[in-house]
Amino acid sequence: MEQRNADTSDGRTRRQVLMGFGAAGIAGLAGCSSNASEGSPTPTESNGGSDSSGDMPEVAGETLTLTTTTSTYDTGLLDAIHPHFEDMYGVEVDAVAQGTGAALETARNGDSDVVMVHARGLEDEFLENGYGKNRRDLMFNDFVIVGPEDDPAGIEGMDSATEALTTIADAEAQFVSRGDNSGTHTKELNLWEAAGTDPGGDWYQETGTGMGEALNIANQQGAYTLSDRGTFISQRSEIDLTILVQGPIEGGPEILANPYGVMAVNPGVHENANYDLAMAYIGWITSPGAQEAIADYQMNGEQLFYPEAITEEPDFQQYVPEGWSSDAE
Amino acid sequence: MQAGIDLLPAVLELPFREGYVWSTLWVSLTVSVTAVVLSTFFSIPVAIVMGFADFRGKQFVKSVINTGMGFPSVVVGLLVLFAVSNQGPLGEFEMIFTKKAMIMSQFVLATPPITAISLAAITGVDGNVRDAARVLGGRRLDVALVVIKEARYGIVTAILAGFGRAISEVGSVLIVGGNITSSAGISKTRTLTTAIQLEARQGQYETAMILGAILVVLVLAVNAVVIRLGDEGAMNR
Repeated sequence: MEQRNADTSDGRTRRQVLMGFGAAGIAGLAGCSSNASEGSPTPTESNGGSDSSGDMPEVAGETLTLTTTTSTYDTGLLDAIHPHFEDMYGVEVDAVAQGTGAALETARNGDSDVVMVHARGLEDEFLENGYGKNRRDLMFNDFVIVGPEDDPAGIEGMDSATEALTTIADAEAQFVSRGDNSGTHTKELNLWEAAGTDPGGDWYQETGTGMGEALNIANQQGAYTLSDRGTFISQRSEIDLTILVQGPIEGGPEILANPYGVMAVNPGVHENANYDLAMAYIGWITSPGAQEAIADYQMNGEQLFYPEAITEEPDFQQYVPEGWSSDAE
Repeated sequence: MQAGIDLLPAVLELPFREGYVWSTLWVSLTVSVTAVVLSTFFSIPVAIVMGFADFRGKQFVKSVINTGMGFPSVVVGLLVLFAVSNQGPLGEFEMIFTKKAMIMSQFVLATPPITAISLAAITGVDGNVRDAARVLGGRRLDVALVVIKEARYGIVTAILAGFGRAISEVGSVLIVGGNITSSAGISKTRTLTTAIQLEARQGQYETAMILGAILVVLVLAVNAVVIRLGDEGAMNR
């Protein structure tokens, strides 16, 4: 098959071969073989999933269970990009939106095939316990501290997140915490720790809810809260809160960065995990095409997520727990 | 029926993707109806046996059933989750995040009210009716049938109570079902209640209210149909 493509040297065939490689793995090969045998169909036609089953990859018809966070799901990102993957492999993705903690716990029990979450500390623990395989950096956005426009504690424009939190604590201004072991909650607790403040008292409320609900509660009570930028943007039209401390995307402190990672459930621990399809998914979502789709996804005219799977420089830290080194025995 | 379907889409499809509301409604209805039907086949015989037989520990069984009526749905969801999870006793059947698991948890939720209310209806039948049936030469089965016929309104109420519990609960189906739609927005394990919960989480209170209204209409419709069937059944006898 390779030879045949090499013989015909017109531009289109070459492009088809390249796209076949881009499609990665089995689907790409299926695309090539049907292109070579038929006249000159476009690669998308042969990958469309409507032709004979012989052209479909072996995983066709299977279902991939993805446990993820509310921020990737509620912003509509996954529903926007998944159809491409589903068409490519003839599969379905069942996305279950939980908090980061719950998503990892579900995977730990062997009830999902792949996880997409945003709390590096918890991800590392998951990897170290042997439940995860092949972690990749996926994308990032950032956290912002939001609050009522009149800003009773006076934190607007501060360029230190920890200073802002300390100010809120000193003023005993209302603060809403997720309190649900999610990625955002984990980040918030890390921030309080970095600020050297132990939050507590009437002004500090743990809601135990998703980001959207926490924003609603903060909105109704005129309280401050920590939110990922994506969920805040997607909900901005429904609420009166405003961004008071920016994250790194808008020049704020680096401590408010919000990186998302994706990893497969270890088939060595859970043999029924759909590892083939999980790896196909990871391959696809970290591919140039899907990364571009992530970058292009907008809500209310604003970009919500910034791809970071593809870098020119090697990045070995994405595969292992942070600070891990092969020298350290 | 057809007219109703023609009228509704104008309201339904507004803020939602095509097929979203219908598929969600369908999942709600099929899961709850299946669970209630299974539960009825289980509960009514239990209620009859308990209503007619005397055995040691009957009061204890009764109080267990009555306690079950107040059992929180999230706890039932957690128990079913442990059962159907890959690590649980039923893990090999791969039922987690499927309608089967949702039916299972709603079965557990609907059974106590159906059993308890049926039992109350059966024991509430006037003793004279039983005596009359026996005097007229009825065997045990005949007497039971006469009593069930007398208790039919109570039993219908029991089934409706079970259905009401199943269709309106959100805790267990969220945990064991996962609130999943396809990426095209067609519900797989999303029910009206979990859809409402999702909309509320996103601050979309208007769409949550629309879904809530649809749920109320659905429950009203099912109640009307079941009561109507009960009446017709009574007239035919």
